[in-house]
Amino acid sequence: MAKLDLVMFEEEFKQLQDIIGRLQKDASAKVVFLVDKNGQQIASAGDVHSIDATSLASLTAGNVAATDGLAKLIGEKEFSLLFHEGEKDNLHISIVGKRGILVVIFDQSSSLALVRLRVKKTSRELLEIFERVETRAQSESSNTTKFESPFSEITDEDIDKLFGD
Amino acid sequence: MTFINYASREINCKIVYYGPGLCGKTTNIQWIHEQANPEKRGKLVSLATETDRTLFFDFLPLDMGTVKGFKVRFHLYTVPGQVFYDASRKLILRGCDGVIFVADSQKPRMEANIESIANLATNLKDNGFDIRTIPYVLQLNKRDMPSAAPVDEMERLLRFRNEPMLEAVANQGTGVIETLKACARQILMELQKG
Ligand SMILES: Nc1nc2c(ncn2[C@@H]2O[C@H](COP(=O)(O)OP(=O)(O)O)[C@@H](O)[C@H]2O)c(=O)[nH]1
Ligand SMILES: [Mg+2]
Repeated sequence: MAKLDLVMFEEEFKQLQDIIGRLQKDASAKVVFLVDKNGQQIASAGDVHSIDATSLASLTAGNVAATDGLAKLIGEKEFSLLFHEGEKDNLHISIVGKRGILVVIFDQSSSLALVRLRVKKTSRELLEIFERVETRAQSESSNTTKFESPFSEITDEDIDKLFGD
Repeated sequence: MTFINYASREINCKIVYYGPGLCGKTTNIQWIHEQANPEKRGKLVSLATETDRTLFFDFLPLDMGTVKGFKVRFHLYTVPGQVFYDASRKLILRGCDGVIFVADSQKPRMEANIESIANLATNLKDNGFDIRTIPYVLQLNKRDMPSAAPVDEMERLLRFRNEPMLEAVANQGTGVIETLKACARQILMELQKG
């Protein structure tokens, strides 16, 4: 299987960002994150500085991966929803398509019902964009005239510089 | 799966440290964490048991600087080494860009090293990767141990694709950064192929 890189362009990224921002407002959530199943953050909205987003992304992906493993074990394809209820804050985690995870953090100024409703709508919108990104990636990998990679001339010096010597 | 974001001009790469239990995977990334500029490193997340054995994974995000105007960020993961955590190991390899195999140089651990490489090959395959082509580095760790096997013997037993092979004493930091760099080089060179 060929390795399919996730390449996100400005326009798609802005659309994702808009959708996530709208969800955060409509669901009266504190923070919303869109995370890749491999643990990388894609977009976020709300009071993001109150949280270590990188760790959140990685742990969420780990959590989803473990839950996926559990699902397979009992013969389910996947559990599309995870909900963690805390004393003040709650964590709503849902799967979007093949590679997206949507994380919504909310407190008593919202409700599970509202979050669930808004997440459903958002998921559909996100899915459309994901599909567009994927279709493009596929047509590019079968096409010889793909976009010019900015990394076509990475040198040993570039790598030395990264490591500070 | 490298995540290239043209909007925020970021490249994210996932590197997994693999190897048998107690070979020094966690020690490698602990050392990197201690050495890294506090502004460039994220928090070291360890999902460990009461006795400090890795339960699910350790995770360290690292900002490396820029290449061609793109911010490069590494996400370092370690797997739990014990045989019975195989399901977790498979999950962590999901979407990885490169693997660092940490071998334990102690003679009595040679069988465990060999088994772990075979296990890595299987788990990579189940994730759609090929151990013969994925960016890969072999680290011979614990070179300071009196029972360390000779390097050429380890090479004969463990090296299978002319991959970079580095000697290390991870708890003293010897060879740790060099190992990471050897893996990073392969990953970034892969990007050139587009
Ligand atoms: N002597 C020696 N001990 C080491 C070295 N690297 C790691 N250790 C020790 O080996 C033990 C297991 O290391 P750890 O990183 O937890 O192993 P892991 O199971 O692969 O994550 C710890 O006590 C480390 O301090 C090394 O190069 N030399
Ligand atoms: Mg460990």
